[in-house]
Amino acid sequence: MIEIDVSRARKRFSVDVKFSMETHGITTLFGPSGSGKSTLIDLIAGLLKADRGHISLGGRTLYDSETQIDLPPERRRLGYVFQDARLFPHMTARANLRYGMRRHPLAERRLREDDVIDLLGLGHLLARRPAQLSGGERQRVAIGRALLVSPDLLLMDEPLASLDQPRKNEILPFIRRLPRELDMPVIYVSHALEEVIRLSDRVVVLTEGNVRAAGEVEDILSRPDLAPYTGRFWAGAVIRASVEGHDGDYALTRLAFSGGGLLVARLDHPIGAEVRIRVRSRDVSLALSPPTDSSILNAIPCVVREIAADDTAQADIVLDAGGTRLLARITRKSVDALGLAPGVAVYAMIKAVSVERPSVERAEPDNSRESHASS
Amino acid sequence: MFELTPLESEALGLSLRVGFWAVLGSLPLGLFVAWLLVRVEFPGRTIVNGLVHLPLVLPPVVVGYLLLVLLGRNGPVGSLFYDWFGWTFAFTWQGATIASAVVAFPLMVRSIRLGLELVDRRLETAARTLGATRLDAFWTVTVPLVLPGILTGAVLAFARSIGEFGATITFVSNIPGQTQTLPLALYTVTQSPGGDQAALRLVLISCILAFAALAASELLARHVKRRLLGGSA
Repeated sequence: MIEIDVSRARKRFSVDVKFSMETHGITTLFGPSGSGKSTLIDLIAGLLKADRGHISLGGRTLYDSETQIDLPPERRRLGYVFQDARLFPHMTARANLRYGMRRHPLAERRLREDDVIDLLGLGHLLARRPAQLSGGERQRVAIGRALLVSPDLLLMDEPLASLDQPRKNEILPFIRRLPRELDMPVIYVSHALEEVIRLSDRVVVLTEGNVRAAGEVEDILSRPDLAPYTGRFWAGAVIRASVEGHDGDYALTRLAFSGGGLLVARLDHPIGAEVRIRVRSRDVSLALSPPTDSSILNAIPCVVREIAADDTAQADIVLDAGGTRLLARITRKSVDALGLAPGVAVYAMIKAVSVERPSVERAEPDNSRESHASS
Repeated sequence: MFELTPLESEALGLSLRVGFWAVLGSLPLGLFVAWLLVRVEFPGRTIVNGLVHLPLVLPPVVVGYLLLVLLGRNGPVGSLFYDWFGWTFAFTWQGATIASAVVAFPLMVRSIRLGLELVDRRLETAARTLGATRLDAFWTVTVPLVLPGILTGAVLAFARSIGEFGATITFVSNIPGQTQTLPLALYTVTQSPGGDQAALRLVLISCILAFAALAASELLARHVKRRLLGGSA
């Protein structure tokens, strides 16, 4: 559990942040640049000074302006992975890995050097200097270096931002494994929605130095009122489903979720794997009766919960499909034509080809090893 | 073939001793002052910067005279020394070392400073998050990366010390075996009739010494660079 209530005011930029949250798993601080997410992570790490407030982690006070507690960074027992890796150029990868480890007594070392080297696939890189490593390899060494401090919490400040897409795909699986395999909670800073969906369990949405919303990823990203911050064009619901079967003839995958079944373009995940998929609200249309003579494969019975409309052409409809929240964006004209109101039963029609690339969430252990030796 | 006379070997030994101690003694202070000028924002930084560079632009004779006034037997600092320890810098090799150190100090600070400015401060921040205290981070991350600058500074300062003349002769005079370094010995023989031969020999010794210092610094710098950053293959 992390509890944060801090403010820091500077001429050009201020943060005033308050939230408390479970830390197990991956929590993303999400927001556009200038939203204060990096400032917040630096306040947690002790690299920046707050003006006032309180920060505690698992009941351990890191900072408290009233009792004048302000632990220096080296005593906060946090790991920090920087955007630019920041490996020490005069040391080999191994010496970098050991730098933090050696500064902590044996009794405090929860993680074993060999395990971390294995997990991150660093074995063949140990003798090299940072100048001889690729960007992705550097970032992996940096993650290992931070882990070997055996921190209570790992902070990651946009660790993928300076990498190209293939490198990102190379590192994402490593990060995703940290909470599960090393029992290492992570706070991850990002402005990329894709990373939020693929990685995190919880999200804290920040704008202009303030917390807009905080909670489970599914709940937060499905809230239409947050669409301006999560990206209006990409607004949609995130739903959890499991793979029920594959239709090889048509290259489709059948998913099951609380609202019923869902056909999507074929996924590579094995049957039974839990996935998280994002359905954009602009890809969902509504009908009062199940469609016939239509190309639409998915017609999911739902109940209208809420209608958010302003004076533009569009309206965002919040739907309930057996307990899962779905979002539909249709015209206001259609809202009136169909007589939509909270409580009305409708069918949500989702094109099978519109579903975003999902991310495997808490998949079977053997499946999580997929890209172990990629480099 | 080339046998040193007692005067020559005395002057050479003294020069080496003075240069060695001048560099070693001013190294910690040089590192500190360079760090202060690069890393710390404080009022009066310009003044400190000016003071450090003063010996570079002042005539060495002026530096020597100021040292004499300050550290001489009757100077404000020198008299305290004499009262406490019954000892004075005047006419001693230690005094010559101080004169050399002061004159060479700006060169030392300049190259350490240049090196320090090239080191990414954020590496120290990274070290802090890994459990290093501020001082620990400085010694284990920054200093190794500034090592090339420190070595260059040390060699430059050593060379400058070996060549020091004006401040030394003004502050501690020209006493064989005590303060008569190579340049002072050279000056002495050129003042005596028929000293051309001796002068030539001293010039030769000075040149060999200078080349040796340069070569040593070049080798060291190359070695350090390789050790620090590794090959690029």
